[in-house]
Amino acid sequence: MQVAEGVDPPPLGLFGGNRPRGTGGDKLNTFSLWQYVLIAIAITLGAIYAAPNLFPPLPAIQIRSLDASVPVTQSTVRILEQALADAAIQPLEATLDGDQLLVSFADDEARLRAQEVAAARLNRDQGSYVIALAQASTTPQWLQDLGAKPMSLGLDLFGGAHFLLQVNMQDYLDRLVRDTAEGMRDKLIDERIRFIPGRKWVDDQAIRISFRNADDRDNARTALTDYVDFLVSERDVEGNPGLTFTLTEEKVASLEDRAISQNLTSLRNRVNELGVSEPQVQRLGRSRIVVDLPGIQDSARAKEILNKFANLEFRLAAAPASRRSQIESYDYQGRAQEILRRNIVTGNNVQDAQQGYDAETSQPQVNIELDNEGGRKMNAATKDNIGRAMAILFIEQKPRKRTREVDGETVTEFYTVEERRLISVATIQAALGFSFRITGLDLREAQDLALLLRAGALAAPMYIVEERTIGAQLGDENISRGWRSVTFGFVCVLLFMLVYYRWFGLAANIALTTNLMLLVAIMSVLGATLTLPGIAGIVLTVGMAVDANVLIFSRIREELKELAPQQAIQAGFDRALLTITDANVTTFFVAIILLSIGSGPVRGFAVTLAVGIATSMFTAILVTRGVINLMYGRRKLESLKI
Amino acid sequence: MNVPSFDFMSKRKIATIISGILLVISVGSLSLGGLNMGLDFTGGSLVEVGFAEEVRPDDVRQSLESSGFNDGTVQYFGSNKDLLIRMPPQTADNQSELGDAIFASLQQQFPEVYLRQSSYVGPAVGQELTENGGLALLAALIVVMIYILLRFTKQFSVGAVTALAHDVIIVLGFFAVFRWTFDLTVLAALLAVIGYSLNDTIVVSDRIRENFRKLHRMRPFDIINLSLNQTLGRTLVTSLTTLLVLLALLFAGGEVIRGFALALSLGVLVGTYSSIYVAANVLLAMDLTREDLLPPETGEQGNEDGSYP
Repeated sequence: MQVAEGVDPPPLGLFGGNRPRGTGGDKLNTFSLWQYVLIAIAITLGAIYAAPNLFPPLPAIQIRSLDASVPVTQSTVRILEQALADAAIQPLEATLDGDQLLVSFADDEARLRAQEVAAARLNRDQGSYVIALAQASTTPQWLQDLGAKPMSLGLDLFGGAHFLLQVNMQDYLDRLVRDTAEGMRDKLIDERIRFIPGRKWVDDQAIRISFRNADDRDNARTALTDYVDFLVSERDVEGNPGLTFTLTEEKVASLEDRAISQNLTSLRNRVNELGVSEPQVQRLGRSRIVVDLPGIQDSARAKEILNKFANLEFRLAAAPASRRSQIESYDYQGRAQEILRRNIVTGNNVQDAQQGYDAETSQPQVNIELDNEGGRKMNAATKDNIGRAMAILFIEQKPRKRTREVDGETVTEFYTVEERRLISVATIQAALGFSFRITGLDLREAQDLALLLRAGALAAPMYIVEERTIGAQLGDENISRGWRSVTFGFVCVLLFMLVYYRWFGLAANIALTTNLMLLVAIMSVLGATLTLPGIAGIVLTVGMAVDANVLIFSRIREELKELAPQQAIQAGFDRALLTITDANVTTFFVAIILLSIGSGPVRGFAVTLAVGIATSMFTAILVTRGVINLMYGRRKLESLKI
Repeated sequence: MNVPSFDFMSKRKIATIISGILLVISVGSLSLGGLNMGLDFTGGSLVEVGFAEEVRPDDVRQSLESSGFNDGTVQYFGSNKDLLIRMPPQTADNQSELGDAIFASLQQQFPEVYLRQSSYVGPAVGQELTENGGLALLAALIVVMIYILLRFTKQFSVGAVTALAHDVIIVLGFFAVFRWTFDLTVLAALLAVIGYSLNDTIVVSDRIRENFRKLHRMRPFDIINLSLNQTLGRTLVTSLTTLLVLLALLFAGGEVIRGFALALSLGVLVGTYSSIYVAANVLLAMDLTREDLLPPETGEQGNEDGSYP
C-alpha cells in the first residue's frame, strides 16, 4: 500500500495498470478490456441472482401425508380439486412434487378457505394429512435452473413464531439415575441378594446401596456389572459394607448430547405435523434449541405440542403374591388399583401411532404399532398372564417454574410436575403382538398422544426461555414499510447525487444501483433471511456506499486546482482509495463483531452490513471508475464540472 | 469550489465545554435514572394487539385488571388502533403463556381484537443479552483501537476511541433523558454508530496524516484546521445522504424500526461533530508531531515509481 501514502504529486498505477508516469492524458482513465468484462460479468450475475426477488410468491397450501399407507397421489389431487370446485374456490396451479402437493391461489382469502376445505375433505376419516400454509414461487423456470432464488423472509416479515427452548439437563440426569436405581433394586430382589432397605438410595446423582455383610456386597457387585455407565466404588456406609455408583464425566457429556439430539429429532417430528411449510429446529449452544415456525397461525397450539411430554407405560396388575416394594397404587374409576412397578413396554417402543375411532362406540382410540423389541416383550409378558389384568399408565410432565430468594437475589428455578393416571385396566384375553389399540382418552388426548408417540418422546424436559410471535398482518405491514423506506431513501440519495455532482453523480448513481443489486443478489445466493433490521442494514448501506463516491469526488475537486482534468480524476481515485479501505475495513470489523456476539435482529443487520461493505467497495472502486472512464477517458478535457 | 477556511480549532475550548456538558448530563442521567430497558433486556411479556376501530388504552387496562392482569402498561403503538401491552416478569408459573392468556382475555371483551405480535423473554435470556450487548460494544471499541494503532499512531487511536465513546455515551444519554425504549435494535444501531463515526474519524485522520507529511513548516494547529476544512465538504455530504435514508426509515419504517433509526440519526449528528472536534482535539492535546507520522526507517523508501523524495 506504499504507493498511495501521502506523497505529492500523486503516484499512478493503482488502477490503470503499471503505466509509467508522465504518459499523456489520452491514456489516463482508461480500463483495459478485461476490466470492463469483469464489471459486465459482475453486473450480469448480480442481475440474474437478484431478479427472483422481483417475483412475489403466491399464497399456497402444501399437503403432506403422515401415514405411509395413504400417500399423496394424483387421486388425492383429483379429490382435492373436486372439493375445491364444490366450494367455488379456484386454484391457480397444483403441482405434485414427490410426496408433497403444492396448490397455489390468487389471494390469501382463497387460500385460507382452501385450507379449511382441504382439511375437512382429506382428513375426514383420519388425521393423516398435514395441510400447511406455504408460498409458491413465481420465479421463471430458467432462473430457477440457474439456481437463482429469492431471499426467504424472516419471521418479522412473514409472520410466525420463534421459540428458544432450554433443555433441563439436571432434571434429565436425576431421572436417569433414579430409574437406574429402581432397576438395580429389582435386579437385586430377583437375584435374592439382601440389601439394607429403607435407606435413601439416590443422593445427588450417586446411587448408594448398603449390605449386611461383604459377601452380599460382592454378589451384588457381580450382579450389577451390566451398568457400565457408572463408576463403582466400595465404600462403607455407616459401618455397613456399601457400593456407590456414580456417572462418569464423559458419560454425562455424551448423555447430554444424546438427550439434545433425541429432543431435536422429536421436535422435528412434532413441528412437521404442525402445518408449517418450512419449520426450522436447531441446536444453539450447549443446551438450547431454537424452533422457528414461519407462517404459523396458532402459536399457542404450537407451544403446547412442542413442549409436551407424554408417554405410556404398559404394566401388569399386581398379583396376590407380589412383593409390596414392587407395587404401586393408582386411582382408577374411583377405586385403588394396584399395579406392578415394572413396565412391560413403554411408549419408547412404539413404532407408529394413529388416532382413529372405535368402529362400534365411535369413541376416540389410538392404534399402536410396536417395534420389534416392544412386540417381543409384549408377547412374552402377555402369553404367560392370560386372565390377568394389564394397566396402561398415561404419564404427562408439565413444566413449572418458581422464583425463590437466595441471598437477597431472586432466582428462577425450573421443575416438572409429573401427572400419572391409569387410562385403562383390561383383562388380557390372548397373547398380544405388535399392534393393538387403546381407548379411554378424550379426542384431544388421543390426538396428542398419537402425535407424541409417533414423534418420539423428549429425552429431557424443556422450558421456553424466549418466544416471539408475529401476526401475519404485522408481517405484511413490515414488508410494505420496509420497501417504502428503502425506495424513498434510495430515490432521495439518487436525486441528491445527481443535483450535487451532475455527470459524476450519474456515475455514482449507476454504481449505487449496482451496489444495491449485488447486495440483494449475494444475500439471495447465501440463502440469507431478510428481516426488518436487515432492510435497515440495506438502507444504511446505501447511505454509506455514497460515502466512497463522495470521498472520490471531493478529492477530484481538490486535485483539479493543481492538476489537469484527466490527472485530477486519476489522482482523486488513487488518493481516496486508501481512505476508503481504512474506513471500510474498520466498519467491517464492527459488522463481524455484531455477527459473532449478537443474536436475532442484530445478526440480520450485521450480515447485511458486512455484505454491503464488500459490495460498496467493489462498486465504488470498479463501477464508478468504469463509468467515469467511459465518460471521460480518451478525451481531451479543457475543464471538468464536478 | 474553494476550500472553506473555518478556524475550527480556536473554538475547541467551547467545543470541549459543550461536549463536557453533554457527557455530564448523559452520565448523570444514565446513573440516576438509567435506561428504559426494553423487553429484550428486562425479560417479561409483551403483546401488541390491533383493533378495528380507535380504542382507549384505559378501557383495555381496566379490562385486563378485571381479569387479574395487574401491573401492566398499556399504550398506543404507532396508531390509535394498535396497543402495546407490557407485563413485567411475573412470579407465577408458566410465564411464557402469559401473552396467550392476556390475548384470550381481551378476545372475550373485545371480539374484534387481533394479535399483531407477542413476545416473551425469560429472565436468564434478558441477562445474557445485556451482558453480550455490553461485551459487543467493548469488543468493537478495542478492535477499533488496535486497528488504528497499527494503521496510524497512538494519538489517533486514543482520539478515535475517545470520539466513539463520546458518541455512544451521548446517544445513550438521549435515550436515558427522554426515556426512549432501549432494545436490541437500538443496541445494533449503537454498534452501527461506532462504525459510522469511525468512518468519519478515519477520513479526517487520514487527511491530517497526509498533511503532516506534506506540509513541513505548518504548525500542527493549522494543519489540523486545514485538514478539517478540506474534508468538510465530504463530511457534510455523507452525513446528509446518510441522514436522508435514516429519516426515510424513521418516518416510513414503522414503529418497530423507529428506535433504531432514531439512535442512528442522533449518532450520525453527534458522530459528525465528534470527528471534527473530539478526535482532532485529542490529537492536539496529545502533542502530535510530524516525527510521529514519518514512515519507519526501512531500507526501501518511497514508492515503486520512486516518487517519494
